[in-house]
Amino acid sequence: MDRRFSLFWLIVLLAFLLTAPAAQAGKANDTLYILHPVELSSVDNYFNTDRLGVVLCHHLWDSLLYRDINTGEYKPNLATSWKFVDDKTLEFDLRQGVKFHNGDEFDADDVVYTLNWVSDPKNGVKTQNNVNWIEKCEKLGKFKVRVKTKKNFPAAPAYIAGVTAIYPHKYYSKVGPEGMAVKPVGTGPYKGVEVVPGKHIILAKNENYFAASPKGKPSIGKLHIRFISEVNTQIAELMSGRADWLWRLPPDPAEKLAKMPKITVKTADTMRVFFLLFDAANKKGRNSPLNKLKVRQAICHAIDKATIRNTLVKGASRLVNSACYPTQFGCTDDVIKYEYNPAKAKKLLAEAGYPNGFEMDYYGWRERGEMEAIMGYLNAVGIKAKIQWMKYAAVRDKIRNGEVDMSHNNWGSYSIPDASAFTGNFFRGTADDNARDPEVMKWLQIADTSIDPEVRKKNYKMALQRIAAQAYCLPLWSANMNFAFTKDLNFVPQSDEIPRFFNASWK
Amino acid sequence: MLIYTLKRLALAVAVTLVVSALSFGLLYLSGDPATAIGGEAATDVDIVNIRKFYGLDRPIHIQYLTWVGKALKGDFGMSYYFRLPVSEIMATRLPVTLILGCSAIVFALVFSIPLGVIAAIRPNSWIDRTALFLSVMGQAMPSFWLGLMLIVVLSVWLPLLPPSGTEGWEYFVMPTIVLGYFAMPALMRLTRAGMLEVLASDYIRTARAKGLLPGSILFKHALRNAVIPVVSVSAVQFGFMLGGSIVIETVFALQGMGYLAWESITRSDFPTVQAVILVFSVIYILLTLLADLLNGWLDPRIRVA
Repeated sequence: MDRRFSLFWLIVLLAFLLTAPAAQAGKANDTLYILHPVELSSVDNYFNTDRLGVVLCHHLWDSLLYRDINTGEYKPNLATSWKFVDDKTLEFDLRQGVKFHNGDEFDADDVVYTLNWVSDPKNGVKTQNNVNWIEKCEKLGKFKVRVKTKKNFPAAPAYIAGVTAIYPHKYYSKVGPEGMAVKPVGTGPYKGVEVVPGKHIILAKNENYFAASPKGKPSIGKLHIRFISEVNTQIAELMSGRADWLWRLPPDPAEKLAKMPKITVKTADTMRVFFLLFDAANKKGRNSPLNKLKVRQAICHAIDKATIRNTLVKGASRLVNSACYPTQFGCTDDVIKYEYNPAKAKKLLAEAGYPNGFEMDYYGWRERGEMEAIMGYLNAVGIKAKIQWMKYAAVRDKIRNGEVDMSHNNWGSYSIPDASAFTGNFFRGTADDNARDPEVMKWLQIADTSIDPEVRKKNYKMALQRIAAQAYCLPLWSANMNFAFTKDLNFVPQSDEIPRFFNASWK
Repeated sequence: MLIYTLKRLALAVAVTLVVSALSFGLLYLSGDPATAIGGEAATDVDIVNIRKFYGLDRPIHIQYLTWVGKALKGDFGMSYYFRLPVSEIMATRLPVTLILGCSAIVFALVFSIPLGVIAAIRPNSWIDRTALFLSVMGQAMPSFWLGLMLIVVLSVWLPLLPPSGTEGWEYFVMPTIVLGYFAMPALMRLTRAGMLEVLASDYIRTARAKGLLPGSILFKHALRNAVIPVVSVSAVQFGFMLGGSIVIETVFALQGMGYLAWESITRSDFPTVQAVILVFSVIYILLTLLADLLNGWLDPRIRVA
């Protein structure tokens, strides 16, 4: 629909330039009006899987550590210092004098309660992957705790700094997830003012936010988040001055909006990687052509990734060759790269026993335009790919059952800057692993659990090189994120898909 | 009449049960809700735990009967997505849809009936042609396009009305126009056709011969008969407006029942989808019943039949 409206918005833009009404930006009342396309299921950090949940986590709550996106360094946040005592034990000295939004003092009881509660499967936390590595948390003193991991887990600091928010234990044990969802209480730079599920979320600056936080003191008074799914309505809200900030804007409207005098458009590369996942392991014994290496390699050579990226994805997205995001720890680009070569693709298909190509289903749930482009390239070498457009849950079930020849996948690694967050899901023998390569699994096992960074890097490299050589998947490009906001705002987008409004300010 | 009404009510209950049972079964074919709830990072073990946690591991007929038992007590269960009681969510969404549906049907009737009557009185005149043009436009123009055009003109160019939201009456002006305009052509053409037929009938000629006032002939004798099919169609259109306003609710970001239904389907939030389907089914059935009773009041022959 968005592309269809290119001309439509061009007309609107011209008309707007002629008749531009006075904007009613939030600067006047110190409120940043934010638009988000998807209703958030729950504000409780552990009971949602939406990106906005990760964003709110960093605003309403704090974790023990904070990762500086610019340097990659893990800085103490609610902790003042931390260390690995042994391969499975981390110790944290906690910050004194920090208060929750409800006035409760922060101490070790909050950390122990939170980490033990969320890691207990009985409590039904939605984001199990983020917490199921925790064995237990013990109190060593009023401001000192010890976290035990179930196995060697060198990526623990990344998870702790990511989305492991610390809750006030007295409040949470009283109100539970339902209470936290409507009246969130944390130590973060913003505090919850009003939550109306499905309608809006209003946050206000935490005037008492602790000065030593690596996040810095917030500047903007209020954040008012609304949910509008229709992109054209979002644009109208921004153009009429009733909204100040929006994201996930498709490339075409982003280009049009960038020409407007009162609006800034910025683009950022994100950690979300798109890739084609092949049925290499023949899990269900269907004997798909994709079980053959040469067929998978032919598909890799048949697709002109660069052209699709430049014409459809656009912006700051980058081409990806390895099964991870380039800045994740352990990720390497030193893998075999499949150049666009349709003649070679046809030759490989003939060698595999398919001189006239074959038919297959191509499953997906988002980015249909890009899927259609890929379908066109495959058609050109004789592979008739039929798009099967389904809901995510339905596609995933089929992939796990080994019923999918090829799927258009994407993975955001939950913004965890460690290759384990990607490879661990798709190549370590999990249900999503359609390669089932023992060698890859062995190397990843070592890489994921070794404390020695060099050992980790070496084993990730071997695993990633084999994944590429065997063409278990075809990494395509990283997702591009377009942000549009009022010119009155100082805002810097980051690649981890976490807008930091606590660092934003009015001009 | 009482037996007839009781029969209709029994049929309505049966239809509601069949609709809810069918939708319950069909939802299961659309994907495993446990996978949807777990999200992209959920492992197989997580999904098994989710199934147990929400009772999705029980046989489907047990799940359905449990749901029916609770629904009869007004308990529609907890939303998988929002983790809130479904009745609580619907309580915030239903008023939005009802306000929109009621205002749109009033808007449609206020414009379509007079236009239909005038077009019938002066067939092939410029006003008839204009009415025809408007009705063709209304049927041909996609609602989302008209909605976006109104937003552009009334919110962006001339900032008179807010483009989205539900905070006040002004937020419903554009959605009402769009939804009402979509329903207008059928009502207007039906009124026109009915009036043309009635005006050519013998009893109207008799009324004229008796020297009755033109206004009395038109409104007391002609319109009352011509409007009977309009009442039935209005009830259907109103039901459509309530249940089918997803596009309008999406364009104007109105958090109503249609939008809730659509989003809940994509999230596999079964308890919410089930409850919404039930509410819409009941509304449809009640509207049909209401239309029958209204027609009986307008035309005593229907009561006798």
